[in-house]
Amino acid sequence: MTDVLLKVRGLKIGATIYPPGEKSREIEIVHGVDFDLAPGKVLGLIGESGAGKSTIGLASMAYGRGGVEITGGTVEVNGRDILSSGLRDVRRLRGAEVTYVSQSAAASFNPAKQIMEQVTEAAIFQNKFSKKEAEERAVELFRKLGLPDPENIGSRYPHQVSGGQLQRCMTALALCPQPDLVVFDEPTTALDVTTQIDVLAAIKEAIHDTGVAALYITHDLAVVAQVSDHIMVLQQGAMVEYGTTDQIINAPKEEYTKALVSVRSIDHEEKQPTDTPVLKVENITARYKGTDFDVLKNISVELHPGQTLAVVGESGSGKSTLARVITGLLPPSQGKITFDGRELTPDLPTRPLEDLRELQMIYQMADTAMNPRQTVGTIIGRPLEFYFGLKGAEKQKRIQELLDEIELGDGFQDRYPAELSGGQKQRVCIARALAAKPKLIICDEVTSALDPLVADGILKLLLNLQKIEDVAYLFITHDLATVRAIADSIAVMFQGEVVRYGPKSQVLSPPFDDYTDLLLSSVPEMKLGWLEDVIANRKMESAGN
Amino acid sequence: MRIPLAALIGLFFTGLFFAVAIFAPFIAPYGMAEVVGDVWEAPSDRFLLGTDSIGRDLLSRMIYGGQTTIFIATAATALSFITGSVLGFFAAVSGGWVDQAISRFVDLIMSIPSLIFALVVLSVMPTTITILIVLMGLLDSTRVYRLARAVAVDITVMDYVEAARLRGEKIGWIIFRETLPNALSPLVAEMGLRFIFAVLFVSTLSFLGLGVQPPQADWGGIVKENKEGINYGVSAALYPAYAIAVLCISINLVADWILNRTTSLKGGRG
Repeated sequence: MTDVLLKVRGLKIGATIYPPGEKSREIEIVHGVDFDLAPGKVLGLIGESGAGKSTIGLASMAYGRGGVEITGGTVEVNGRDILSSGLRDVRRLRGAEVTYVSQSAAASFNPAKQIMEQVTEAAIFQNKFSKKEAEERAVELFRKLGLPDPENIGSRYPHQVSGGQLQRCMTALALCPQPDLVVFDEPTTALDVTTQIDVLAAIKEAIHDTGVAALYITHDLAVVAQVSDHIMVLQQGAMVEYGTTDQIINAPKEEYTKALVSVRSIDHEEKQPTDTPVLKVENITARYKGTDFDVLKNISVELHPGQTLAVVGESGSGKSTLARVITGLLPPSQGKITFDGRELTPDLPTRPLEDLRELQMIYQMADTAMNPRQTVGTIIGRPLEFYFGLKGAEKQKRIQELLDEIELGDGFQDRYPAELSGGQKQRVCIARALAAKPKLIICDEVTSALDPLVADGILKLLLNLQKIEDVAYLFITHDLATVRAIADSIAVMFQGEVVRYGPKSQVLSPPFDDYTDLLLSSVPEMKLGWLEDVIANRKMESAGN
Repeated sequence: MRIPLAALIGLFFTGLFFAVAIFAPFIAPYGMAEVVGDVWEAPSDRFLLGTDSIGRDLLSRMIYGGQTTIFIATAATALSFITGSVLGFFAAVSGGWVDQAISRFVDLIMSIPSLIFALVVLSVMPTTITILIVLMGLLDSTRVYRLARAVAVDITVMDYVEAARLRGEKIGWIIFRETLPNALSPLVAEMGLRFIFAVLFVSTLSFLGLGVQPPQADWGGIVKENKEGINYGVSAALYPAYAIAVLCISINLVADWILNRTTSLKGGRG
């Protein structure tokens, strides 16, 4: 046994890109990365999207995703160079010595097969265990990962367990063949915070108990700080900093790492409510057509001009449905909405143009919120033309003003959405909303699809615009750090009800109700040992009860 | 921009067919209905493809026939695409009972085999070219409607369409500015195929005697007039088949290339 399990030297990875209207060409996406991983240790790979972290993770299984090719360097697993060995050797490696946990368990499991069959498949295929042994191992892992009813859960189908449970099943799948190394590729990113903490704790314990080494890939530094021994910070395919978790979190050397560590520390002074709210939602109850289940139950909230109301909750809590009701896309079955002193009609087609103009919306996925066949100029220019009848030079001037306001500047008018980065796309969506000169903008998870640093930029921009334009935001999010940064008042939603509502200072200070407490304590903090503290606290509390 | 070889070949032959169709009177060596030789003469210097069942020059018949066939097919395809896609988009964007009403009506029409439907209509209506075009266009538009609606239903749930609705846009803007540009790729690919079906359809009708009426020439009619010749080893009836095959392949080569080009615009829909 060597003391280095995974040895990566000068790893270079290239990809072929096909720019429209041009010849395809080769680009390098990882520029010579070196690292070692000792048996039983966990290395966190962190970086924004496009940093090459997943690509590096897959390269440690000698795999390049479609169009991606490993062009240089060496990867050694247990002292064998796996890049130069043939496909037959690589096959013996994958699923036996190195296994992989992907971001979306829901998309990775075959919906037509039982979980047990899939969890034990690799172990049996690689002749590491007999069917019986593998199934015993799987049950043991299910138990270790805290899955309910470990003896029988394997006979369920993937759709019969929750997202968090399925992610844990996938971890069991990866650990079942008793590998030396597991590559975790953003295993908790798609989960709610309250679920994430359980999965994280389960993964950490499983890594610890089985003594397996792991590459833990994520964009969330606070998460990786909980599980890894070392952290490697990547930016655009190159290493920025490498060190122990303690050093990276507490004493980062590079500017980029410092920025990552201090992300989400925007401070926002809470504003006092005024006399007349711009939006008043009273006793709203709503259900989707053809169902007999109330998605929203008796919701009442208020939002004052120039302020931000954050609506927080997990997926399925009804927060986006609230936005649909306010915009008129889903007429409520009960209750009324007052906007700027006048009552809004329940459904969209009957609303006067003035109401539509003053109530704008920004979406989570900027990609699908913009027509891919329209230029930025058309996208921003349309509301100007539509609401204010602006044409020609006047319209051009206003578009440029808006582009300046969202800090994009010249040369963007003729670009198509595909030619923009994620953050730029979201900025264009903001400009489109602003173009209507609204009194209220509904922001539906506008930062959750973005990298932390980019999301920070968007939040700062939104706060800045609020000052200039005096626009109110209804900010829907699942991320409490975002709430702290932007909200004046907060409504916490759980299963269609508002469980806690009030000014930010009040909502975020004790005494808490159970759900808010759970939600708040589940948000990963950028410090070592946070996970253990929370778990210990919870155990103590439940013992006390 | 480089045009791939397959598309070049397709473009060349498609262009050739259309050019010959447009300039038929200048290219054809003899008149369309002019009897110039013996019955079923073999190909020679005078008659490149030989003569037909009553001694007309077959090449001239083919050229004029191509003009009629291609014109009818083009007009019918255009009509079917305009009607079908506008109705399809309208149904998808409106949803609800509007969608149900149009879709069920289209299902009703589609449940009747289109050839039989056409034969019934043509047996009571005068068989003029206009009626042929309208009939074929409307029958074919049911197929286009299905595709356009299916594609548009996917598009109308996108956030940008919702954003347009929230802005208060009228249905015209949503159909022509938000939906159409994103639905174009599959529609263009379908158009190549539909054009060929239209060529086959009009040829079938003419072969059955209910399409283009003599002495007007069209490819289906030429097959009909010369089908007896096959018994005597005269290949006159096969030329229209070759022409249809070559036109079919070349148009689809072009359609494939357009499809590839438009989907390779990043963010475009497949």
